[in-house]
Amino acid sequence: MAQSSALPAEQYNFDIVRRFMIVAMVYGVLGMAVGLYIACELAWPFLNFDIPAITFGRLRPVHTSLVIFGFGGSALFATSYYIVQRTCQARLAFPWLAEFTFWGWTGGVALGVITYMAGFSQGKEYAEFEWPLDIAITVVWVCYILVYVETVRRRSQPHIYVANWFFMAFLLAVALLHIFNNISVPSGLLKSYSIYPGVQDAMIQWWYGHNAVGFFLTAAFLGMMYYFVPKQAGRPVYSYRLSIIHFWALIFLYMWAGGHHLHWTALPDWVSTLSATFSILLLMPSWGGMINGIMTLSGAWDKLRSDPIMLFLITSLSFYGMSTFEGPLMSLKSVNALSHYTDWTIGHVHSGALGWVALVSFGSFYHLMPRLYETRMYSQTLIYVHFWLATIGIVLYITSMWIAGIGQGLMLRGFDDYGNLAYTFIETVEFMHTPYIWRALGGAFFVAGALVMVYNMVMTVRAARIERVALEAKLAAKLAKA
Amino acid sequence: MRHEQVETNSALMLLLILAVISVGGLVEIVPLFSINETIEKVEGVRPNTPLEIRGRDIYIREGCYLCHSQMIRPFRDEWLRYGHYSLAAESQYDHPFQWGSKRTGPDLARVGGKYSNQWHVQHMKAPRSVVPQSIMPNYPWLLTNDLDYSDVADRMRALRATGVPYSVTQQEYDANVKKFGPAIADQFDIGKAEDSLLKEARDKNFDGVPGQITEMDALVAYLQSLGAMVDFTKYDEGYFATFR
Repeated sequence: MAQSSALPAEQYNFDIVRRFMIVAMVYGVLGMAVGLYIACELAWPFLNFDIPAITFGRLRPVHTSLVIFGFGGSALFATSYYIVQRTCQARLAFPWLAEFTFWGWTGGVALGVITYMAGFSQGKEYAEFEWPLDIAITVVWVCYILVYVETVRRRSQPHIYVANWFFMAFLLAVALLHIFNNISVPSGLLKSYSIYPGVQDAMIQWWYGHNAVGFFLTAAFLGMMYYFVPKQAGRPVYSYRLSIIHFWALIFLYMWAGGHHLHWTALPDWVSTLSATFSILLLMPSWGGMINGIMTLSGAWDKLRSDPIMLFLITSLSFYGMSTFEGPLMSLKSVNALSHYTDWTIGHVHSGALGWVALVSFGSFYHLMPRLYETRMYSQTLIYVHFWLATIGIVLYITSMWIAGIGQGLMLRGFDDYGNLAYTFIETVEFMHTPYIWRALGGAFFVAGALVMVYNMVMTVRAARIERVALEAKLAAKLAKA
Repeated sequence: MRHEQVETNSALMLLLILAVISVGGLVEIVPLFSINETIEKVEGVRPNTPLEIRGRDIYIREGCYLCHSQMIRPFRDEWLRYGHYSLAAESQYDHPFQWGSKRTGPDLARVGGKYSNQWHVQHMKAPRSVVPQSIMPNYPWLLTNDLDYSDVADRMRALRATGVPYSVTQQEYDANVKKFGPAIADQFDIGKAEDSLLKEARDKNFDGVPGQITEMDALVAYLQSLGAMVDFTKYDEGYFATFR
């Protein structure tokens, strides 16, 4: 093969991977910082400063959109564009279209959060973008699918590698969810009303919401995991058979589980019971993925001692396993009666989002950096520092949310000896003040870790540039002599 | 079929993925649109008036739904705290639904009529002046911003397109008279939207500021409409249970 003699950096389009990775870090740090700020607003409400654009209600979608779509989305673009090229041994198809997905996606997220702060929102969680942005996102997404699938079609070997299965499921499912959940009737340029009424709107919203978690934040990141864990470990995936079974089971079962967000509501009982059943079944394929990832390291466990990137990846899988155990638990109606509407849910989401999504992305980026810039990471020690800051942050975050959530749930259902409510609502708010401070502290740790990573990346890029300049000077000198 | 065939054929794989991910949604969502088994038949539930629509829009604009639910669950503590559990019928005209997912503040599904207009205005302006431990942001601008009602008819037209029975034709108007009574049917007449809004705001003066129609007027009007439409003494609890 003539191609294989070329350097990977020339054979493949790494430029777009680099840019998406940088954008992911920028949006990530911004989004996490906004998260930290709104966490502080809940502990110290004066921080709202009577400024409409920065009140909790407007900043919360800014936080969720920046971290999910800005950070998570850009990380997926970066890694999927890298993985599809490497595993298919084909250069990214339709370079102009790929370029368009970069500007479309990053621009869309930026416009979205600006419009939120200005007060434009569809009023559906994680789908707050108003209709013109929804249409723009759909166009970008279709281009993403075209670029990705065409690259897969141009692969230079018969088999499609497992990571790509997950990305393809993610591409299709997110298109489906986004389009159906956002169908609405506009009344003006930045205002629209969902086409579905009350109970149907609720079900479609949580079919979307839960599968945004299932496909955007799980399936796609499993795709990331299936490439970077074996690569970093230098070993093949633990079980090929397990990957087939858990892939199909995961994408089938997830789509049924959304109704567990609506237990005990006006949604008919049969839907929520069905959703709970499938949520419990979902434990199996979820753990299938975790086991397949962690066991890939079997025989090379010592890497956990010597390789901080491996620490990131394996810890992310452990958090994935933990939160996919907690999820089915919370989908049981009896547990949900206590946990729903409380901070337990917020803690659960963050053990997945910080512990799984963010850590696996960080690990993958650390793996990518030397390959994309043809150098070494500036500091191994700083990767360890980042790891511990992040892990301590997550543990602080989720334990304080367990205390706040379970505590509030128990207080709200408490009765005194005479059968009266034991607590008023505001007493539970007062109770949560202390856990809210601890949560903010956890968030601060996590943001600090991300900043350490940014510093480490900047220094690496600088070093790479200096090395390259030196090398070129040497070459020029040699040529001059000859 | 061997898996090898699937993983060597991208078109086949995409097709199978699409089939597999479609099942759950189809089974769970499509039947919900057969209204008869999803939504209780109760009297009294009506769409929002023009002023309430604007109030609801402001509720969404400020992201109230991120801290307040509008969905009471059938538990003893919630019954004591908030009232009768919410019915599907009570949000049948809601586009989008605002059930919420988190109670950083209390549920609002039946907040209508629970507090005076004055209390709401003071509470929105400075929550800690009435509830010292509250962590809600202050919303003083609601009281100073003039309400923009110039496009309220457009908003009603959009809602009508989603299925809310606001009237354009005489026939639709007559149907509303029959269903909701003449006074309310007038308010649902899109042609008179602006006048109805102004009339409601002036007559009831929710914000306590005479002569000025502020965003506070609209938001308080909306909050006061929440959850008081169904007369639960008229129904047998067993009837509601058949919809669950």
